[in-house]
Amino acid sequence: MTKSAADVSVRPPRKRRSTYTLAPLVLIAANVVLFALFFVWPAVIGLVYSFTNYTGVGAFQFIGLDNYQNLFGDSTFYDALIRTLLYTVLVVPLNFVLSLFIANLVVSKQAKGASVARVVFFIPWLISPIVVGVLWRWLFGENFGLINYVIEKLGGHAIAWQSNADLSLGVVVMAGAWWGTAFSMLLFIAAIKNVPVSYYEAASLDGAGPWRQFRSITLPSIAPTSFIVILLNTINAMKEYPLFVSLNNGGPGTSNNLLVQYIYQTGFNRGQIGYASAASFVLMLILMAVAIIQLIVNRRVENR
Amino acid sequence: MTTTDTPRPVEGKSGRTLSKRQRRNVRDGGLRRAVPATTLLWILAALYGLPVLWFVLSSFKPAGDLFSLPLTVLPHNPTVSGYKAAWDSANFSQYFINTALVCVITTILTVGVSCCTGYALAKYNNRWLKFFFICILATTMLPSEVMLAPEFLVVRNLGLYNSFAGIILPAVLTATGCFMFRQFFLTVPDELVEAARIDGARELSIFLRIMVPISRPIMLTLAILSFQWRWNDYIWPLLMLNDPNKFTVQIGIQSLVGAQNINWSVLLGGSVISMIPLILIFLVFQRYVMSADINAGLKD
Repeated sequence: MTKSAADVSVRPPRKRRSTYTLAPLVLIAANVVLFALFFVWPAVIGLVYSFTNYTGVGAFQFIGLDNYQNLFGDSTFYDALIRTLLYTVLVVPLNFVLSLFIANLVVSKQAKGASVARVVFFIPWLISPIVVGVLWRWLFGENFGLINYVIEKLGGHAIAWQSNADLSLGVVVMAGAWWGTAFSMLLFIAAIKNVPVSYYEAASLDGAGPWRQFRSITLPSIAPTSFIVILLNTINAMKEYPLFVSLNNGGPGTSNNLLVQYIYQTGFNRGQIGYASAASFVLMLILMAVAIIQLIVNRRVENR
Repeated sequence: MTTTDTPRPVEGKSGRTLSKRQRRNVRDGGLRRAVPATTLLWILAALYGLPVLWFVLSSFKPAGDLFSLPLTVLPHNPTVSGYKAAWDSANFSQYFINTALVCVITTILTVGVSCCTGYALAKYNNRWLKFFFICILATTMLPSEVMLAPEFLVVRNLGLYNSFAGIILPAVLTATGCFMFRQFFLTVPDELVEAARIDGARELSIFLRIMVPISRPIMLTLAILSFQWRWNDYIWPLLMLNDPNKFTVQIGIQSLVGAQNINWSVLLGGSVISMIPLILIFLVFQRYVMSADINAGLKD
């Protein structure tokens, strides 16, 4: 008896499910085709080509792991990889701190004119990375920029924003954080508004100050959003290209060439598609590793 | 990923009385706290706004005054000669039309396709739908920049090299779009679908007649986002397009920057022109971007 009762309760949903296969299939058909064409296909041939000496035209030979071996012996690749990691390590925390701080200020009732300020914070995000590069190049020009002009007026010496590789990277980091603040801020504002007000009321009755409230209530409550912000920003930073192209063109010299620029140059300027595919796969593995590490950390934090 | 933050609960009377006492507390220390918070906010806003302001003001200076010391904040004899030179030179107006065309078509396709997929992912329960959901999730980890070379070969093999279709089609599928719609349709009660089914409506007409109309706010939000993404795209159009008559605005600006001697007057004018459409769209539809619960889509 019990068995048949269980059967009865199980059967209807199963039957219902099978009725609706055509409709969802029609609905997702377009995206399935696009996914197969522009994600699965490139991923597969990319993996295959990374074991060949393909140049984009004509025949090619399988050369085993040669591309990967050459890649790890290539100092230009290492420089690009280290520079990319350095950029990511600098820009992601800066963006995180700035956008979280600004989101808190915008949400807090004490700050006046927050809705107008929010629009101001948003404008950088509307500017394309290419133009952001132009804008900061204009601001930090060594001989003509406003910043150096102000520094000289204040009695300092002009700073080599363009010809010093590290300072040049610093300018890109500032520009990148400036540009990315708006989107992270938007995510944080939504998350902070979702924290129940009663938590703060209880905390302030218990005499907790704003810093304490932020640390003990806001920060833990928005942990999932923080995770998303860090993940998205890391991926974006690892694949940054247009900002560098227009700000310093990977310079001075080639000192600030990042990975995507390296892939672009080997693949399309020198026609080494196979070699570039191998570099792409290394970048992909790094991104996946970053995502998995962050997922694990996030799980651990949430389970605590 | 599970969400730990619960939506703000609707509180009863006890919450009210509490917040009244709270308000008095705030008022006592209110001014003491409001002044530094407001100052800090506006200092930061100034830091974020000044670079843009300086850029825009500089673009109104005549070419000869750009580098003349002392630098002045306001242009002495404001002129639009830089804008004019940019617009007339280097096919800029053609670039503008091309970019607008690509953006509009891609945005329409993205919104349509994402709406369909989001609805299917939210309202149907199939094993292969779940699998497809994970596939879409994977695309966020695999941006096209990562597979530049193979994706280029695929699009070339499809015969789309040097055509607008080559930059439009690969950009249509976006994980963010699908997630936004999925999240929205999850909040639509299933009873609505059930009732329509009982009335004898066919599956696709439920979607077209009921679900599409109610998802209009999400459509607008995604449309703005998509338009922004495509307007600012650089690397993919650069790879795909060979014919200068098909170039987009971003390529045009980069070709000015890449020149041996940068003509700053033209560059500033062109850059400011390229910023105008997005800023206009944003100011008109600000509400839809600001209030959008974009994280909702990404978080799940």
